[in-house]
Amino acid sequence: MVRYILERLVYMLITLLLIATMTFFLMKLLPGTPLSAADKLSEEQQAIVLEKYGLNDPLPVQYFNYITGLFQGDLGLSFQFDNREVTTILLERMGPSMTLGAQSLILGTIIGVLLGLMAAIYHNGVVDYGSTFIAVIGKSIPSFVFAGILQFYLGVQWGLFPVALWEGWEYTILPTIALAIFPIAIAARYMRTEMLEVLGSDFITTARAKGVNKFGVVFKHGLRNALIPIITIIGPLAVSLMTGTLVIENIFSVPGIGEQFVKSINTNDYPIIMGTTLFFSFLFILIILIIDLLYGLIDPRIRLTEGD
Amino acid sequence: MDNLLEVNNLHVSFDTYGGEVKAVRGVDFSVKKGETLAIVGESGSGKSVTTKALMGLIPSPPGRIKEGEILFEGKDLTKMKDKELSKIRGKDIAMIFQDPMTSLNPTMKVGNQIMEGLIKHQKKSRSDAKKRALELLELVGIANAEERLKQYPHQFSGGMRQRVVIAIALACNPKLLLADEPTTALDVTIQAQILEVMKDIQKEMESGIVFITHDLGVVANVADRVAVMYAGKIVEIGKVDDIFYNPKHPYTWGLLGSMPSLDSNDDELYAIPGSPPDLMHPPKGDAFAPRSDFAMKIDFEQEPPMFKVSDDHYAATWLLHENAPAVQPPKSVQTRMKGTTQESAGGDGV
Repeated sequence: MVRYILERLVYMLITLLLIATMTFFLMKLLPGTPLSAADKLSEEQQAIVLEKYGLNDPLPVQYFNYITGLFQGDLGLSFQFDNREVTTILLERMGPSMTLGAQSLILGTIIGVLLGLMAAIYHNGVVDYGSTFIAVIGKSIPSFVFAGILQFYLGVQWGLFPVALWEGWEYTILPTIALAIFPIAIAARYMRTEMLEVLGSDFITTARAKGVNKFGVVFKHGLRNALIPIITIIGPLAVSLMTGTLVIENIFSVPGIGEQFVKSINTNDYPIIMGTTLFFSFLFILIILIIDLLYGLIDPRIRLTEGD
Repeated sequence: MDNLLEVNNLHVSFDTYGGEVKAVRGVDFSVKKGETLAIVGESGSGKSVTTKALMGLIPSPPGRIKEGEILFEGKDLTKMKDKELSKIRGKDIAMIFQDPMTSLNPTMKVGNQIMEGLIKHQKKSRSDAKKRALELLELVGIANAEERLKQYPHQFSGGMRQRVVIAIALACNPKLLLADEPTTALDVTIQAQILEVMKDIQKEMESGIVFITHDLGVVANVADRVAVMYAGKIVEIGKVDDIFYNPKHPYTWGLLGSMPSLDSNDDELYAIPGSPPDLMHPPKGDAFAPRSDFAMKIDFEQEPPMFKVSDDHYAATWLLHENAPAVQPPKSVQTRMKGTTQESAGGDGV
């Protein structure tokens, strides 16, 4: 097991290196220069700035310098914010995004799974139709519409929660709910379908024949067998939620990474683009590893045996 | 002796988009303590549906018990709520399922699957339940029981899994055991072992067994009585010797005739022509008539009642009516009926 994880970590490093290389060269193909006000600077001044950031070096040299820096944990300095380390900016911006992402993922998955389970237990009944309705709504209406509705009713009309900004935990409530709608819809739909299929299998009949009641069958025998597909979709969902969404962060004025990422692309802030991309990739690969380990935990047939 | 199980006029239907499928259309039988009743018939004759109905395990919707009663120790199971039924299931009535590959929960340790019923019904502590589970695994012939309890179903072979399925069914010493083709998925050597295990247990616990199969060889081995089902009805029921050596219904003849025999010199194996009727629109009269060589005019018009052959042998065919012409079963069946002593002699004649 330990060997397996170590092996996976090595592969992870190789993957990250490849991603860094590809992003580096693709980014250089972006139109425009990192100089935000190029027209206001004299040619001489421009040359000095480009020289300072090493942008005049040949591309292979720039690449080599970047990768060496990377191995020393140095992501470089931001072009946009003078002399600020990319690492510092990322850490600062990641906090709010990851908080919102993690909260909405946990909330969304729990509610979604429960909704799906209820729908499967009361198959073709009112609960089932209700849960399907919620799932369809959650999947088809974009989150910024919910954000607006939540802000208006819960924030402005009833004054329950702060409408926007980022000044404490209560400020996370509305954006968390707005972000959670999508995972709720996805989890509910998958859970319902998967549970219905599992409930139709022979071993459920065996369990019923043992005298296990309706709920026991669902929770003791069904749930674990129905979880695998849910886990599979939750991985990518977790990444997209935790890497922040531009729209939600803008609506709620959250100083998150999503907004920062878009801004840095528009201004050709190479080090930030690189840093963010690498961080997102790292998160993604890490979550895939966690999911693979979770599979084994849930289903003994996928479990790795010692020495394999 | 009182009947352990008595099924009276049981009707089970499934409501589908195409209409009502009448899978079981009025079945009567009974099982005594320590007795084995085999139910035979081809696929789709309603054998499995009948046993599932006994357990209250017909998925509903679309299935429902339309009519009739299932008396277990005098209590009608069809009138019970699911909650009451689940106290009987696994404790007094247990079921052995057909397919060992899918009948066990793949994500639960085998030990826990065996212990589950014990903990629920006998309120045993985990350690007591474990002791009993070890006993059960040894009983069904699984070596290294202690080790095996901690394993998952995928670590077992098909035959071993079927033994586990049987161990689960036997856990609470059920009074009635429903075995739905328990040996069909197994190869012949394992089949014999499993049948021995079941017989031993029956002797020890005096339980009644309803044994569903389409393997007549197995029937001869295990059954005390045999019910032959066709198109959702029992067409002939009697002691095992009655069915094998004095069958009366043309369908029973057909089944016996299509069983290969070692002495037969025939190049071709007999098969019943045609296919079973559509149970959404069951035919008028005798359901087997269109496939029978012995059908009479009345068979297409009126359903035959159960005619009494002897005290415990009944058959639903107009051939037994006093006005019917005397008909002899086909030759291949006749040779079989003459028994083992003349079987070799009959071989050349056919």
